Amino acid sequence: MNPKAISDFDRRNLDWYIDKLIQVLVFIGGISAIVFIIGIFIFITKEGIGFILQTMDVGEFFLSPYWEPSDEDAPEYGILALVAGTASVTGLALVVAIPFSLGAAIYVGEFATGKTREFLKILVELLAAIPSVVWGFIGLTIMNPLIIEVFDVPVGLTVLNAGIILGLMTAPIMTSIAEDALKAVPDRYREAAEAMGATRWQVIFKVVLPAAKNGLLGAVLLGVGRGFGETMAVLMATGHAVNIPHSIFDSVRALTATIAAELGETAVGSEHYQALFTIGIFLFIITFLINLTADLIVRGVRRG
Amino acid sequence: MPMFAETELNVRNKKVQALFRVLFMLMTGLLILPVLIILATLIYKGGSVISMDFLFTAPTDGMTAGGIFPALIGTVWLVAVALLISVPIGIAAAIYLNEYAAENWFTRLINLAIINLAGVPSIVHALFGVGAFVIFFGFGTSILAASLTLAIMTLPVVIVATRESLRAVPMAFREACWNMGATRWQTIRRVVLPNAVTGILTGVILEVSRTTGETAPVMFTGAVFFTPFLPQGIFDQTMALSLHLFVVSTQVPGVPENLPYGVALVLIAMVLIMNSVSIAFRMYLRGRKKW
Repeated sequence: MNPKAISDFDRRNLDWYIDKLIQVLVFIGGISAIVFIIGIFIFITKEGIGFILQTMDVGEFFLSPYWEPSDEDAPEYGILALVAGTASVTGLALVVAIPFSLGAAIYVGEFATGKTREFLKILVELLAAIPSVVWGFIGLTIMNPLIIEVFDVPVGLTVLNAGIILGLMTAPIMTSIAEDALKAVPDRYREAAEAMGATRWQVIFKVVLPAAKNGLLGAVLLGVGRGFGETMAVLMATGHAVNIPHSIFDSVRALTATIAAELGETAVGSEHYQALFTIGIFLFIITFLINLTADLIVRGVRRG
Repeated sequence: MPMFAETELNVRNKKVQALFRVLFMLMTGLLILPVLIILATLIYKGGSVISMDFLFTAPTDGMTAGGIFPALIGTVWLVAVALLISVPIGIAAAIYLNEYAAENWFTRLINLAIINLAGVPSIVHALFGVGAFVIFFGFGTSILAASLTLAIMTLPVVIVATRESLRAVPMAFREACWNMGATRWQTIRRVVLPNAVTGILTGVILEVSRTTGETAPVMFTGAVFFTPFLPQGIFDQTMALSLHLFVVSTQVPGVPENLPYGVALVLIAMVLIMNSVSIAFRMYLRGRKKW
């Protein structure tokens, strides 16, 4: 080929360079999420590592129920009671949220039609948008006196309060993910079952639910992750007492709430400050694992 | 006996079906009803507080009286700066994922990172903000540090919404453009983005709503309980509406009962109005679609 012909095919003009430049820019945007996730891990580890390496007694940290960081003589950093607080509230929230959100997802996805369905979906989406500090406020001002009155107990800021609040918060999110999972079941499954003479509820229970079970499990797991990570609502509605609960009428304190309540009053770099970041690392790892599992399960559905 | 008469089994099945329908309808109702009651209570108790004065004056008497103006302005600052940071990055990420990325392990890794970014607890984002922006980069507790934290936290909202609306642009549009000799970027700029811009906007509005309501990430990075000054720039501290609700309902003694309800009502109204606008946009879009 002569040089002239090559230059004819050479399209490296200004547009070509702009194109390459943009390609690099959007690639940087594309990897930003990875950069940020790694950045989060690095920076919270950087602030907390001193505690992990020097002060922390792994056995005490995970097994001691005493969180007494401001004890001047012998501060104690045990997160067992905090884990129990987070777990009890999340557990109760799931008991509240799972049946209702599954029921709602089945109603919206399989029974409701046309305008009703559209309306319910919008309503669920709006409910999911209510900020967590508002939920905490509701726990504090509306649920608290209600629980005291209804159950005749001295304190209303308890596992029960936070569990219900968190359940109401999580339910709309679980509903829409569960509804997506139901929608992902191909219509021909339903048609085949109906052609065999199955009724609606037989189709739902014998065909749709088994086929969507991974997606539904993913929805529940994301609910668990949300419960573990929720901060403002549990800070305001649990009563914030370090305590391993014996009943749903006990006050507890959550991992997230501990960080939110204490970080402001610690000196940067102090033992207490580093201990709070260590809780952060623990939360990061737990939620990472939950999200990873949920993602693998849901992806399994799409492939299957 | 007619050929298609209902058998006993048919009748029983129908009854069971009707029963289940009602049961599930009831469950949906029980999910939604408590929230509607709560909203009604908020409106009932907070409505009386809200006035022009409440919206446009500063808190007085140790935050037991007066309005919420500095908190409103602070929230506007925080949200605006967060948007300036996250929208360009989010749109770039979505363009990369939808227009450039191949179906491989690396793309899956990016998707996993996005899911995790959305799933990391808000208080951990706050810790990150403190460790990275307040201390390491030396921004101090400032609007910049708080908005950076918020931007990273809500980035997945923009990415997911933008990717969805890019995905909705038919492949044939791009192919036609490429055939005319346009480069990839020319195609994206002139064909793909104009067709996706309303969808992207719905995502941005959703992000505004999310950012407005977030409390934990701004608590230690830039928002303060009280300051009589309005922020003058991104290195100032500020009040924020969400944090203000937390403060007046838990930290300040002697607040009149209805005042926090008013704050909560303003916050929730802002969030729900923005979400409704976003939903209306999306429905308008669906109705207008030409292909």
